[in-house]
Amino acid sequence: MILAIDSSAGTSVAIVQAGETLIEHNSQNARGHAEAIGTLIEACLSSLQIRPTQLEAVAVGMGPGPFTGLRVGIAAAVSFGVALGVPVLRVSSHAAIALERQSSLGEERMLVTTDAKRRQRYWSAFEFPGPFELPQLVLGPDISSEEQLQVAVSNLGVFTRVDSEWVSAASVGLLSERLQSTGGSFLGSTPLYLRSPEVTIATVPKRVSQ
Amino acid sequence: MGSIVNREAPLVLGIETSCDETGIGIVRGRSLLANVIASSMEEHARFGGVVPEIAARAHLEAFVPTLEESLRKSNVALADLDAIAVTSGPGLAGALMVGIGAAKALAVALDKPIYAVNHLVGHVGADVLTGDSIEYPTIALLVSGGHTSLLLVRDLVSDVELLGETIDDAAGEAFDKVSRLLGLGYPGGPRIDEAAAGADENAIAFPRGLSKPKDLQNHRFDFSFSGLKTAVARHVESSDLTHLGSIAASFREAVVDVLLTKALAACSELNVPRLLLGGGVVANARLRQEAIRRCKDARIELRIPPLDLCTDNGAMIAALGAQLIMAGREPSELTFGADSTLPVTQIQDLS
Ligand SMILES: [Zn+2]
Repeated sequence: MILAIDSSAGTSVAIVQAGETLIEHNSQNARGHAEAIGTLIEACLSSLQIRPTQLEAVAVGMGPGPFTGLRVGIAAAVSFGVALGVPVLRVSSHAAIALERQSSLGEERMLVTTDAKRRQRYWSAFEFPGPFELPQLVLGPDISSEEQLQVAVSNLGVFTRVDSEWVSAASVGLLSERLQSTGGSFLGSTPLYLRSPEVTIATVPKRVSQ
Repeated sequence: MGSIVNREAPLVLGIETSCDETGIGIVRGRSLLANVIASSMEEHARFGGVVPEIAARAHLEAFVPTLEESLRKSNVALADLDAIAVTSGPGLAGALMVGIGAAKALAVALDKPIYAVNHLVGHVGADVLTGDSIEYPTIALLVSGGHTSLLLVRDLVSDVELLGETIDDAAGEAFDKVSRLLGLGYPGGPRIDEAAAGADENAIAFPRGLSKPKDLQNHRFDFSFSGLKTAVARHVESSDLTHLGSIAASFREAVVDVLLTKALAACSELNVPRLLLGGGVVANARLRQEAIRRCKDARIELRIPPLDLCTDNGAMIAALGAQLIMAGREPSELTFGADSTLPVTQIQDLS
């Protein structure tokens, strides 16, 4: 049984096992990750009436996605992993979207994009070697304006474009499970930020008292 | 979530990520078992101040190694903990959220209660770990790069009042900005100390912010350092830097003077003969030296916790969590978030 977390869009938590989604709880709030994360994990455990110690791994979507929220899910996943002494399986949130869309559509090449604000898109291009194969990254992940994106993918041939505003933790969990069983590779510990930190110097917050 | 087993001397893990230090501490009741701090200070050096996004990224990177080192040092297993405590504010929102996400997952995974606590009150709570902690009420002066606050603490877990705070820059921030003006680098505190060594601190009469009678009416215990920073800038423009040492020393003196004058005025006006210092600026030797001298003259009991309990750290958060548990407080709900302007009156963030 794997606990899966993705906070690259809203906050999504799921438990998967043997290719099945056992439960998923979501918060669509794009700013409330820190508030939602604990309750969603607890809700998944209690709806299945299982104890945390029954989990064998934690899977987490490493983005790309807005940084502040993205980090909440990753921080939760790594600390859950340490608490239980189980591995943390890190995957691309875009690959999870690709896997989810493939099962219903079955195309060979897919361009996944998500909102990066400031009129830019995060994007990754995948191909599926066969009908039940895992998505393979062919281009990206990257961050571009729509115009730049058109140029970047112009040599990609025929593909289906998936613009998604949501990443399901169940897909993250199912992808991780399949990567684990096929000996596929996982991502490293740095989130897919794709954008350098904006340099603003911290200042004293506006006073609220008196 | 789990309920409290041990209210006598609870074993608490504290997580602090409100600014640029990833701090994890472990305490048992009033005893310090571990206090591990990873700082991203060097990554901010070339910008001359804390960059929030860089700090938040560094927290995520440092979290697990810092946690593991704290467990190793204290020889504590996570399963033995009675509770998790975490800073929920005030501080940098994105930085706070890393600690909150990690803390909540630990609490659920381990089935332990969680206490969301106030960072500033945590600085006061650090004192209980020193063995012979201060009596209440006390005045607390908390000075760092992120805050400059004067508190009246009647009771650590139930009654903390904000007397005043900075209306512009934090004192530590003023040190950083002036250090940059003088070409001395980051962090400003130690650099200005080096430059000021042996120089005349009364060479230049820099202004003391919010100290004129008309300012005192509305800002009795508030601080302002932006005017001082401007005065130093003007001085630098209109003179050469051959007397850099005395500029640094005179600037530092102005900061130290205004901090301690207001803190001691609070002690005397509120009839509280005790002063506690906290925050990273306490590392400044001149501030400590002057505090000792003036408190002795005014017959005020002065408390300065060891430096690694003064800078932002997880042990102070654990200590405050333990105090709340020992006072019979219930845990926070799992629904709390980061509150970058959490008022000091809210010692525990319940939901
Ligand atoms: Zn602080």
